[in-house]
Amino acid sequence: MKRFFSKSFVMALMAVVLGLLAGAVLMLVIGSNPASGYMYLFRGGLMSIERVGNTLATATPLILTGLSVAFAFRTGLFNIGAAGQMLIGGLCATAVGLTFALPKPVLLTLMVAAAVLGGALWGLVPGLLKAKFNVHEVVATIMMNWISYWTVYYVVPAYFKGAYLETESRKISDAASLKTEWLTGMFGGSYINLGLFLAVVAVIVIAFIIDRTTFGYELKAVGLNRHAAEYAGIKADRSIVMSMMIAGALAGLGGATFYVGYASNIQIGVLPTQGFDGIAVALLGGNSPWGVFGAALFFGLLHSGKGFMNAMTRIPPEIADTIIATIIYFSATSILVERNWDRLKRKVGGVK
Amino acid sequence: MEYIVEMLNIRKEFPGVVANDDISLRLKHGEIHALLGENGAGKSTLMSILFGLYRPDRGKIKVRGKIVDIANPNVANRLGIGMVHQHFKLVHNFTVTENIMLGMEMKKGIVVDTKSAAVKVRELSERYGLNVDPYAKIEDISVGMQQRVEIMKMLYRDAEVLIFDEPTSVLTPQEVQELMHIMRNLIAEGKSIILITHKLKEIKAIADRCTVIRRGRLIGTVEVASASEAKLAEMMVGRQVSFGVQKKECMPGDVVLEIENLSVMSSRKVMGVKGISLEVRSGEILGLAGVEGNGQAELVEAVTGMRKAEFGRILLNGVDITNMTVRDRIKSKMAYIPEDRHKHGLILDYSVADNMIMKLYYSQPFSRNGILNGDAIRKHAEKVMDQFDVRSGKGPAAAARSLSGGNQQKAIVGREIDGDPELLIAVQPTRGLDVGAIEYIHRRIAEQRDSGKAVLLISLELDEILNLSDRIAIINGGELIDIVDARSVSENEVGLMMAGVKRGETA
Repeated sequence: MKRFFSKSFVMALMAVVLGLLAGAVLMLVIGSNPASGYMYLFRGGLMSIERVGNTLATATPLILTGLSVAFAFRTGLFNIGAAGQMLIGGLCATAVGLTFALPKPVLLTLMVAAAVLGGALWGLVPGLLKAKFNVHEVVATIMMNWISYWTVYYVVPAYFKGAYLETESRKISDAASLKTEWLTGMFGGSYINLGLFLAVVAVIVIAFIIDRTTFGYELKAVGLNRHAAEYAGIKADRSIVMSMMIAGALAGLGGATFYVGYASNIQIGVLPTQGFDGIAVALLGGNSPWGVFGAALFFGLLHSGKGFMNAMTRIPPEIADTIIATIIYFSATSILVERNWDRLKRKVGGVK
Repeated sequence: MEYIVEMLNIRKEFPGVVANDDISLRLKHGEIHALLGENGAGKSTLMSILFGLYRPDRGKIKVRGKIVDIANPNVANRLGIGMVHQHFKLVHNFTVTENIMLGMEMKKGIVVDTKSAAVKVRELSERYGLNVDPYAKIEDISVGMQQRVEIMKMLYRDAEVLIFDEPTSVLTPQEVQELMHIMRNLIAEGKSIILITHKLKEIKAIADRCTVIRRGRLIGTVEVASASEAKLAEMMVGRQVSFGVQKKECMPGDVVLEIENLSVMSSRKVMGVKGISLEVRSGEILGLAGVEGNGQAELVEAVTGMRKAEFGRILLNGVDITNMTVRDRIKSKMAYIPEDRHKHGLILDYSVADNMIMKLYYSQPFSRNGILNGDAIRKHAEKVMDQFDVRSGKGPAAAARSLSGGNQQKAIVGREIDGDPELLIAVQPTRGLDVGAIEYIHRRIAEQRDSGKAVLLISLELDEILNLSDRIAIINGGELIDIVDARSVSENEVGLMMAGVKRGETA
């Protein structure tokens, strides 16, 4: 496992470097200086404690959606539904936050629990469909995304309509926000919130489950070879449902960190891009929990720094998005390179 | 021009291994020349060189007396060399004719002329007695037929030298007989054949000469008629090999497995097993013989809990296990060596250590309160690997995928026997293995019986059944034909019963 990590770490690093180089070429093409472009990009994300806080806050939902996709992938499932799971998690948290007036610790616990349950439910349905009827989870999770989209579209204006706009919910109270005075104060008024700690805990817990527990052993076994797992007496159907539920719960938690942490209300008609970015994060992070953590921080940095780069140079913020896209491209192809490399080695090593 | 192909002093190195070291092979015109060697001996490499897939580092190749440079398979094709690969390369939703002409389609203007191609295919089929329907779709025909399509592909391209790579590994005994017949027809029509195999019986049955290689080196070329099977085996393995399995007098004890009037539905929604009753006692090996697809798979799956029994009961040590979960059956001391080691036996991307605890991971000492104990897992794997001679480059941490087939199988056998079972179910336990590994696994299975375990052996290899079993149950069309004493029955009789002819009846 260690070897796998280090190899995928090198591959990820290569993808990042190539992505940044491609970005530099683009900057040159539009007549800007890449050195100053990158300087402002990174300064935008890191130059003050407030900006560091924003970078971390931007990364938080990405850590969780990335973890969601990576966990599902490690257990043989492809979770395209992180966006919908995140959205429904956000809706559940917002709904609880706007409905109950309770002391902050109690209320936050309830909200987070609601988000986790909402996400888990959104994972449960595709999990059951896959286990019982062999419906491919890619199809099911994409459909769940739209169910989540339209649920928010209906529920928010009907029950939690904002003061001025029909298209968003009321703002949650301070008691219902994952932002806390001390943390916000410490980071000079940034968006950073308790969600970051939840995300770190989630990374630790998931890493432990995957590598050290019998539960993780079962889930991975089913993902790698369902027939062999069944032969060994593992209940494959149950494992698939559990995997999807946990993946959904993680993305749902990500929803809480975004909608009642980074933001303070929920809009209708938007599927959160973090859900899909989670796929990229998982890919760059080599589907390992700590890899996901690092990849999410890096993407968070690019996202939070691009505005500053745009303000200080003539480089449009889309360049940062292009760099992200290029990195995704390179990490996807690096998997191909790696796979073919292995195949080549096997071919050479396994001759009769 | 006695030799049609001569490969002289071929050397081929891969990083870390010398796959072929100074090997020469001369193929006479009109002969069947066997290339014999264990898995990994370098047979496939040598043939891949002849077929243009690899370039040799040293040595030369002569075809019809002329030195040639076979840079790629197209060159090989032009020289009239064709290969029937072990794993067929066919398009499943194409017809036989479409597959055969693929890559050299006949054309009428810009339209593909399937009709004339089909006529040629039919001619070839009749000439060589292949009996292939040119318009059948590949997905609708049997594996044996698919192999004939592969043969036709070469004939269609006017190949003179035909290389067969382990052609019988996917065939039933009848199909093997038919294939041999076809090979004789090919020789009669002036073709020459190289037969890659590690099955001695086939060599004795059909080959004229045999070249043996071991660990990349040439051991020698012999006239098959003057070499015994034992001699060939010794050349291949490098030591004497015992064919008969040493076992004690059969002392059957109590009934361990009892199957009562069992019926099981197959995946095709028809009854695959129709009311079979049999019992396996401790201290005996019951062999279940039958042609593939006659209900063995369904029977085993019902006994091991991977398929539902429609009617009837299964008892293990007197306890009804008909509706037990797979895990509870394992806990009741049932071990199972599955037919397909890649599909069922192993999780190839797990380490060997993780594979060794596949059925035990939830119990102490391998885990406590759901948390795995890496040390205990590794030590357990080291112990099993040591006891069952499982060799891997990196010990227990190596991925199961990286092991050779024989070592993978030994690992599975080790895992199953290590659990100290009372009933051992072994399905095709030596499929695709070389003589050395077969001998080893047979010995371990016989040991289990000697120590009082009940063994249910299912195999398509009649030799394996006859060698190991104390009693033989013969299954045909999902029905039990008979159960006979292994000592009082001939191979021929069992073969007839496998075809559905009961004892005493005439065929």
